[in-house]
Amino acid sequence: MTTATKSARVLDSKPRRSRNSDPRMSGGQRILRGVVLGIGAVVFLFPFYYMIIGSLQTKLDSTVTGLIPNPANISGANYVQINERINLFQGLLNSGIFTAGVLICTLLFGLLVGYALAILQWRGRGVTFALALLVQVVPFQLLIIPLYVLIARDYGLADNYLGMILPFAINSTAVIIFRQYFLQLPRELFEQARIDGASELKVLRLIALPLVRPALITVVLLTFIGPWNEFLWPFLITKNAALQPLAVSLANYITNVANSTSNPFGAALAGAAVLAAPVVILFIVFQRYFISTDIGSGVKG
Amino acid sequence: MTDTLARPASAGLPGPTGAASGSKRKRRPLGRNPLGLLFSAPYLVFVLLIFAYPVGYSVWISFHDFFFAAPGAQVSRPFVGLQNYITALTDPQVIQSFGNVGIFLIINVPLTVVLSLLLATGLNKVTHAVTFLRVSYYIPYVTASIAVVAVWSFLFNNNGLVNSILGPLAPNPSWLINAHWAMPIIALFVTWKQLGFYILLYLAALQAVPKELYESASTDGAGAIRSFFSVTVPGVRTATVLVLLVSTVTGANLFTEPYLLTNGGGPDGHSTSPVLLMYQKGIEQGQPDVASAIGVVLVIAVLIIALLQNRFAGGRD
Repeated sequence: MTTATKSARVLDSKPRRSRNSDPRMSGGQRILRGVVLGIGAVVFLFPFYYMIIGSLQTKLDSTVTGLIPNPANISGANYVQINERINLFQGLLNSGIFTAGVLICTLLFGLLVGYALAILQWRGRGVTFALALLVQVVPFQLLIIPLYVLIARDYGLADNYLGMILPFAINSTAVIIFRQYFLQLPRELFEQARIDGASELKVLRLIALPLVRPALITVVLLTFIGPWNEFLWPFLITKNAALQPLAVSLANYITNVANSTSNPFGAALAGAAVLAAPVVILFIVFQRYFISTDIGSGVKG
Repeated sequence: MTDTLARPASAGLPGPTGAASGSKRKRRPLGRNPLGLLFSAPYLVFVLLIFAYPVGYSVWISFHDFFFAAPGAQVSRPFVGLQNYITALTDPQVIQSFGNVGIFLIINVPLTVVLSLLLATGLNKVTHAVTFLRVSYYIPYVTASIAVVAVWSFLFNNNGLVNSILGPLAPNPSWLINAHWAMPIIALFVTWKQLGFYILLYLAALQAVPKELYESASTDGAGAIRSFFSVTVPGVRTATVLVLLVSTVTGANLFTEPYLLTNGGGPDGHSTSPVLLMYQKGIEQGQPDVASAIGVVLVIAVLIIALLQNRFAGGRD
């Protein structure tokens, strides 16, 4: 598994698409494949197009002609309206703090464990690695009640950023990805530095870290979408609207307020676009780091 | 499930130096590099505090008369045996929610496996517009549920685009408030939302299928379809087991979609999910003990399904 992923990853970065003129495929089959993939892309992208169109319509038009932007009916009114009901800036800021907290913990502690698992020889390494795999299949539904009791009731961390961050603090998939990357580095590098008298932290910081920069971006992307999109947990422990991440305040708007407004969907779609935009932009910019084999190995181990 | 996990774990252990230090190990009780334990300490504490202890605590709660008390207050929480389980499993709402998840899984899981494998296979061979296709397939997966739920409820509401295209063919009452359609629409939504992730997993698996197999299949005169079924499908079987497992666990975790898309599991409980009930009973109605019992039953059900899937789809190797 490990070696297979390693070699595959190298190939994947510059795709070996030499099977261009696949001898087994007739022209008709190739066209069919193109059509199927194209329909797939439309099905995946259409709701996003519709989100933007809908959010810009002053008066909601859900007929087929509404699919084509009509300049007379376009304005930013929905964005203004949603911003009056829920403070978009505060929501984005809360989402940002929640996400940044998780990212910092995951990068800091995840790198340390990943390095220890791949490079250092110590008692309990096998158990720790097995735990990191196991944690990924523990269903969150079993944890919500005890975590709520512990964090919100016993530790008094309801309506608190720390309470929001805690259950997601270290992303186990990230730990596995770091380990996988460190394993690929030649051991001689580390031996040499140690002989020269560098401390283990120094080896990690000055030698290992610069070499796994692509892993850092992959991990940031993968970890970012977790807390940014998370709904259930922050919804459970934040009752104070000033502390709610945007996903939670938008959900509250949709369930409680939307029906009492003149254009309920328009404002909800505007909020949705604001919530979706940072992740979508980040993902498009860094999409080449979202490589199948890295994440595949992270999940499978 | 433990089987699939244990295998890569033991196979993945980096061996070369580990084996050599066998004799030295006796003199160093923490291994050659005890610093590793120090580096891992924060993570181990995190796993114990956030995963191991709460899992045990959840089971404990489910066997006791547990209620929320003011912090620091001394209250007795007597052991009540299976009482919470009996309360949970004799509640028709709970039974209905498990049935709903059953409907969800029957629609979502096969659709997910078939569509993601087909699209991944196509994507793996295509030469033009690869980046565009990849990005468009992954975008629903990276976007917040709440954001796309807003679009779907706009699309499927009574006067929505879907109904205005269907005209007289539109179901009455409309999709999300129709007892027969609410759950299938949720299942379709989740399939659409998560598909990119499974395509990603299959793409990784496809890289590992030896090219020689395709070549020899081709020499034997197999066409594209034949080699898909006799080379690709068996070649990605490990990934299929994983996709089955992850999509089943995701389905069992269903909460956001019935909460928002069908207004809290409506109409008339036809789209409630066990996790939604856990929230309503455990936190809104203050019965965390019954909610924990639902959680334990749900996890056991998922484990049984996962074992069966592994048994029938995993094969022997």
